Amino acid sequence: MKVWRLLRKSVSPRNFYSKLLYIINFFHLNEVKMLREVAIVGVGCTGFKSITPDMSYKELMFEAATKAYEDAGVDPRRDIDGFVCCSEDYWEGYSIFDEYVPDQIGAALKHLCTVTADGLYGLITSFMQIRAGAFDIAAVEAHSKASDILTFAGIVAFALDPVFNRPLGGHPHYIAGLEMKRYLYETQATKEQCAHVVVKNKKNALDNPLAAYGANITVEDVLESEPLFYPLSRLDASPLADGCVVMVLASDSVARKLTDTPIWIKGVGWNSDTPWLETRNWGRAIHTELAAEMAYKMAGIRNPGKDIDLFEIDDQFSYKELQHLEALKVCKRGEAGKLTEEGVTQRDGDLPVNPSGGLLGVGYALETSGLQKVLEVVLQLRGEARKRQVSDIKTGLAQIWRGVPTASGAVIVLGGR
Amino acid sequence: MFVKKRVAVVGAGLTLFRRNLKETGRELAYEATKMALDSAGLNLKDIDCVTLGSAPDAFDGIHMKGENLVDGAGAWRKPYSRVFVGGGTGVFVANAGWWHVASGLFDTCLVVAEEKMSSCFPHPQYAFTTIFDPIMDRPLGINLVWIFALEMHRYMHVHGIKKEQIALVSVKNKGNALNHPCAQLPAKITVEDVLNSEVMVWPVQRLDVSPTSDGAAAIVLASEDVAKKVTNNPVWIDGVGWCIDSTYWTNRDLYYPKYVECAARMAYKMAGIKNPRKEIDVAEPYDPFDYKELHHMEGLLLCKKGEAPKLTEEGVTQRDGDLPVNPSGGLLGVGNPIAAAGLMKVCEIFWQLRGEAGKRQVPGDPRTGVAQAWGDLMQYGSVTVMRS
Amino acid sequence: MSAKIREYPGEEIKTRDLMEGRVPVVRWRPEAKYAWAAGVAMSRFLKELKMGRIIARRCRKCGRIVVPPRMFCEWCFRPTDEWVYVKDTGIINTYSVSYLAADATRLKEPIIVAVIELDGASKGIGILHVLGEVKPDDVKFGMRVKAVWEPPGKRTGAITDIKYFKPVQEA
Repeated sequence: MKVWRLLRKSVSPRNFYSKLLYIINFFHLNEVKMLREVAIVGVGCTGFKSITPDMSYKELMFEAATKAYEDAGVDPRRDIDGFVCCSEDYWEGYSIFDEYVPDQIGAALKHLCTVTADGLYGLITSFMQIRAGAFDIAAVEAHSKASDILTFAGIVAFALDPVFNRPLGGHPHYIAGLEMKRYLYETQATKEQCAHVVVKNKKNALDNPLAAYGANITVEDVLESEPLFYPLSRLDASPLADGCVVMVLASDSVARKLTDTPIWIKGVGWNSDTPWLETRNWGRAIHTELAAEMAYKMAGIRNPGKDIDLFEIDDQFSYKELQHLEALKVCKRGEAGKLTEEGVTQRDGDLPVNPSGGLLGVGYALETSGLQKVLEVVLQLRGEARKRQVSDIKTGLAQIWRGVPTASGAVIVLGGR
Repeated sequence: MFVKKRVAVVGAGLTLFRRNLKETGRELAYEATKMALDSAGLNLKDIDCVTLGSAPDAFDGIHMKGENLVDGAGAWRKPYSRVFVGGGTGVFVANAGWWHVASGLFDTCLVVAEEKMSSCFPHPQYAFTTIFDPIMDRPLGINLVWIFALEMHRYMHVHGIKKEQIALVSVKNKGNALNHPCAQLPAKITVEDVLNSEVMVWPVQRLDVSPTSDGAAAIVLASEDVAKKVTNNPVWIDGVGWCIDSTYWTNRDLYYPKYVECAARMAYKMAGIKNPRKEIDVAEPYDPFDYKELHHMEGLLLCKKGEAPKLTEEGVTQRDGDLPVNPSGGLLGVGNPIAAAGLMKVCEIFWQLRGEAGKRQVPGDPRTGVAQAWGDLMQYGSVTVMRS
Repeated sequence: MSAKIREYPGEEIKTRDLMEGRVPVVRWRPEAKYAWAAGVAMSRFLKELKMGRIIARRCRKCGRIVVPPRMFCEWCFRPTDEWVYVKDTGIINTYSVSYLAADATRLKEPIIVAVIELDGASKGIGILHVLGEVKPDDVKFGMRVKAVWEPPGKRTGAITDIKYFKPVQEA
């Protein structure tokens, strides 16, 4: 019936063969639509803290999982088919950390897998599993117990190439310093503009009950803070945090039954640029450019600055927020710094960026960062962000980078519909 | 109503499996990937995404080693992720490739598995101590083989199985491996050889165990339309399954792998298999220890609980038997670079179902095959059902 | 195999080549140290071990008494309800005799390891530990054993506060 109504409305095709072609095209386009839609139907978070000495990672996970399942109104033992966990062995201090995850999230003797990447990759993996028809309801988990790590720099250094980079020694975050210098040089952005990012995000975090490092500071505070890897200063870098986030996803009809506010996954993208420090592009976050391209195509986004109302992007280091904004094609190259200075990326600005406080304000919770960002987008789209609520939003974006020394990133576009 | 995409394996590649290989992890991944692409007649630009499986970072000695392998795995500027489920990774990564294509997001996917255990000094065995619980297990000075010996002993005790029966598996697999060009420990041995070999952790003896190895494997997956253009003999991934059991393995009865059954059921349901024993023509269950082949045969519902040793004794699981099991030579014969070993099994089923397994070919035109891997603390089962 | 393939890639070298520097080698010792928060359940467990007792948790829904204790029941997915002491005696669920140390070197005297189902815990609930004062050939499935503890002054709040489990005569 729809076909005929559309045909009669259509202006161009007149003769029979054009109309036939039109019908065939219509069905082809709708085949794409008939692919399963996936929505986030429940979220749970323990909150982010600088240390959590009273709880083991298992207890953290149990807390977040209980909250998420409560939010979604599901019983994991009965309703959830698939689980995806995200962890890296060396963050946890256990090899094959996958062994230790099922019990506390209700996944014992269930279909669970581990993706060694950020929680956003886990979310995307679960999205693909549901789309492929493997499950109807799934859960995704990521956590950080950074406070259990005694030698953080040593472990990040352990990710460097053993032949070419490790023997040089030093705290590996010099790589972020190198990248910041190159980015500032290429874009003519300034350290002041980067400092504005820190000030904005830490201020935003004061309104986020889940955040660990909210603070009211000034640009001078940031510029005068102790230099770490010049031009990076202490306040330019996100401090570590512990925390756990669990999310429940479901396929279309199931999602609608479970909640009145499903948050739909409109587009996903992820990409990895070269692992070699020696040959990579230091000024641009190409991984995010390509990931965003893929996500935008899927979501039908043509003008990210206009089509997307809210951005939660990776600001592990202050300059990263600017670099990623440009990679996401939200603004022209070199423009992000100016936009930040002018307040455009404030919560009440035209392009709200990191209303949750970003990693600078919430804390850098290792592989949980992506889910923390998705959590904010979900809460905002549901209208549950309270003091941080940005008004009039329909579409949100979350993006992460996998940290030094990687060149990998992922992007997700979510809509309330 | 939704459109499900059918996924096929169109190419496969494998490096040698050896105790020490000169190549770095990246180079190994590259060699396997190149071989897989060449065998499919494809280029890297034809590949839409890459997924990699590799077991503990502690062996290679690189944190976030998935990131380090990006270019070796052909994933430069492509969507790339790494999955990791312990020993189950090798077969599981094929499942991961499956959902990349079946979700409709991509038309082709490159699946890579790499392992470089030799980097760990003084011996890769030592890195295994870090997989154990630091409060309950590590302080006891635990060695990996302890817990598999515990499982083997429990299995033997519950069903009254003797070592002689289990040793037959090692004899069969090492013998089968004589025809595998990449095999690390192919050998013509007897049951007596196994029973006389050095006791490691009773009842596990040296010839019951697979070695630590370096190696890599890769397969190319394609959606139905693309597969039919690339090759006239695609092998379809018709069923995928995976399952994890509780971490608290001392609270479980180890005589039966429930998690393998759970994963197998998921895969069989998807593939529409109702009677595995009859419908499956060739099986590649994970065999890092000889008793595991029997254990997993039961978990895969290929026989009743406790019946697997009888099938082996009767020669049913030989290459020319009614249900050939591990015609490749398995991990016992070919080697155990953890993740690559699992993907090697998928490659084997691929070649078997296409009639390209050379001297290892199972007779009778096999149409349906199953590959399975096992991992974590005797917890994880991943299963892939393939059909030609 | 596919007819196209001529040879399989990979260049084998021997461990001795690596050890004796005949192949270029780069060495690195990772700086990876951790101090794991034991959490609510295991902290109590370790405290009790120091006092010579083994403590478990009970889930009222399924009725299981589980050790190592945990604040959640993994089968019911709900918090566990109460602390329960279990005995330091039990029966052997499975055992093995190890001639290998943690770093794969050979041991002169074998270590006997076992999964011991503790009395007072639910059926099948066991812990891993070593056996002592018994010869490998004398160990049997279902054998009754009892913990031998370190003297109170030497206990540190670790699983090694129990030295080993030794066989006891059935009453």
